[in-house]
Amino acid sequence: MKHKHTLSVLVENTPGALSRITGLFSGRGFNIESLCVAATLDPTLSHLTLVTTGDDFIIEQIIKQLNRLVDVYKVVDVTEGVYVEREMALVKVKAEDETRAEVLRMCDIFRCKVVDVSPKTYTIEVTGPESKLKAVIELLKPIGIKEIARTGTIAMVREKKTV
Amino acid sequence: MTKMTGKEMVVEALKREGVEVCFGFPGGAIIDVYDTLERDGTIKHVLVRHEQGATHAADGYARATGRVGVCIATSGPGATNTVTGIATAYADSIPMVVFTGQVPTSLIGNDAFQEVDIVGITRPCTKHNYLVKDVKDLPRILKEAFTVARSGRPGPVLIDLPKDVQNAKAEFDYPEKIKFRSYNPVLEPHSKQIERAYRMIEKSRRPIFYVGGGVVIANAHKEMKELAEMLHAPVTMTLMGLSGFPGTSELSLGMLGMHGTYCSNMAMAHSDLIIAVGARFDDRVTGKIDAFAPKAKIIHIDIDPTSIQKNVKVDIPIVGDCRKALKKIVKAVKKAGRPAEAWKEQFQEWWEQLHAWEERHPLTYKEEPGVIKPQYVIEQLYDLTKGKAIISTEVGQNQMWTAQFYKFDEPRSFLTSGGLGTMGYGLPAAIGAQMAFPDKLVIDVAGDGSIQMNIQELATAQQEKLNVKVVILNNQFLGMVRQWQELFYDRVYAATDFTFTPDFVKIADAYGATGLRATKPEEVREVLEKGLETPGVVIMEFIIAREEGVFPMVPAGKATTEMLLV
Repeated sequence: MKHKHTLSVLVENTPGALSRITGLFSGRGFNIESLCVAATLDPTLSHLTLVTTGDDFIIEQIIKQLNRLVDVYKVVDVTEGVYVEREMALVKVKAEDETRAEVLRMCDIFRCKVVDVSPKTYTIEVTGPESKLKAVIELLKPIGIKEIARTGTIAMVREKKTV
Repeated sequence: MTKMTGKEMVVEALKREGVEVCFGFPGGAIIDVYDTLERDGTIKHVLVRHEQGATHAADGYARATGRVGVCIATSGPGATNTVTGIATAYADSIPMVVFTGQVPTSLIGNDAFQEVDIVGITRPCTKHNYLVKDVKDLPRILKEAFTVARSGRPGPVLIDLPKDVQNAKAEFDYPEKIKFRSYNPVLEPHSKQIERAYRMIEKSRRPIFYVGGGVVIANAHKEMKELAEMLHAPVTMTLMGLSGFPGTSELSLGMLGMHGTYCSNMAMAHSDLIIAVGARFDDRVTGKIDAFAPKAKIIHIDIDPTSIQKNVKVDIPIVGDCRKALKKIVKAVKKAGRPAEAWKEQFQEWWEQLHAWEERHPLTYKEEPGVIKPQYVIEQLYDLTKGKAIISTEVGQNQMWTAQFYKFDEPRSFLTSGGLGTMGYGLPAAIGAQMAFPDKLVIDVAGDGSIQMNIQELATAQQEKLNVKVVILNNQFLGMVRQWQELFYDRVYAATDFTFTPDFVKIADAYGATGLRATKPEEVREVLEKGLETPGVVIMEFIIAREEGVFPMVPAGKATTEMLLV
């Protein structure tokens, strides 16, 4: 059975490390649905959150292959336990006369923020799990989305466990 | 602390790592390292004729000795020429450190003359690689490179050295040992898993050891032999596993897989327990994966966790060094204290079946009057060398006939490109091995196709005054591809027929070597005898049956029991 897995990867903050990881995925025919990289508290390590899909066999291989890379410090399949995940999107949506109020109402319901206003558009910030983003985007589509930028998922294991 | 230039650091690190010989080809971007190497004079440098030759020679040296092979090339085309050799070493887990020159850091990314992103190019075919941007990092990188190359599952590591870094100065603080935060291969196998493995062996009735290159790499041949003999259990080897277990042992069933023996493939298919040691269930071994060893439980010992459960489901995974794992299993067997007779009895029926298979279809070939059969040449070569030579091969039929008909008893006596299957590997690899063992007989068994891929290295062998011997099995075909065309493509010999072949005896002559040729079966022995006892480089060419095939053969994608036989 294919499932979505969110992997949390700590990797040495060296040039080429990211390319090694993405190269591994393309070279072995694995698939990356989203990827998010940023520094950690320790500036020599980067935290990479990667969403991929595969059956248990594939996911086991992906985790092993990642661990095999000299630069990879730690790999955790966040999806295995209890975790929180968030993604952020900026959505520039058409907002003219009759739809301006409608967009604001939608923002209110989904607790989005308007971060930029122009005579014909609102740019709103949506944060939440992927499902929420999907819902907001679906509802805004009929109104008219002009542009969208998404961060990709970041995730964290709940409670005491740390990556 | 003494200050040193980057180029001095490189040479100093080579000395501290115990490197005695390196292989390479100079150029503008690496000229500084060469200058230091020459002025220092401690390390022997072998000047090859093509950078691919340097990588294969370093690889052959590494396979024959177990030490790290070292090669050097310049930037741009020099660097790209090393790629095939690096990929060859990577596929077979061979420890190697490759130095490439690079344009000065200020020019990187500018499409400068002889600039190429070799770190980017070799990322997927090295175990690790480095672009050195600051000379201060160089001592650590050098130590890391050698450590990574030889530890865990070994592999090639590339260090790209910009010209300005070679000449910049920094303190040289070379660590004795290095600890990695992110790289710690598991060497010690889990004791619980060993116990479970023993219990599974104890319950088995039809076990088989499936030995791969890991046994050779881990220097585990003694332990492998001891364990197999204690249990009186059969052993089959992969191409890379040959020489990891004595081919002359009564327990050896020979090679398995696409061109393996009938008995080996039948044994795998009918066994109830496969004990894989340093092997990776490659497609050339398993054939059609759904039909592979349906009744067998599997114990898999491998240092690389990614090899386990990659292609087949494994019942008992054992991650660790083969030698350590085998030692522990030997200990477990001893501790259980069953008499040798008990094991013999337990597997007696199995052996009766194995012997029946061996008798039904032994390795063989049909003799034809007046025509030299390649298998006969290999048999005679084995007989004359008494199995004591170091044999390298090219890739294709020459490689398979050698694997089938030469019996390897001594570990590291068989050098062949298994994983990548690189034609042109054999001659430079033989040169590398001969540099390590000047007094041993080193022979490259080649085809007329493969030998032409790196034939320029004859000049290297001559310059070094080596005694490398080359056996060319000449069928004027790219024989292995032709065989596939014969069997599966209606004998349409697309681009495999060499309607022109050079005169190899004259080539030998042009290189100042000795050239001999046999065209009839009765000349084979004479040519081999004369060739082997003639000092210096000798080419022995055998005009063989043009359309001889390698059998048994499991067609690609078929079950391993569906063998085409002689």
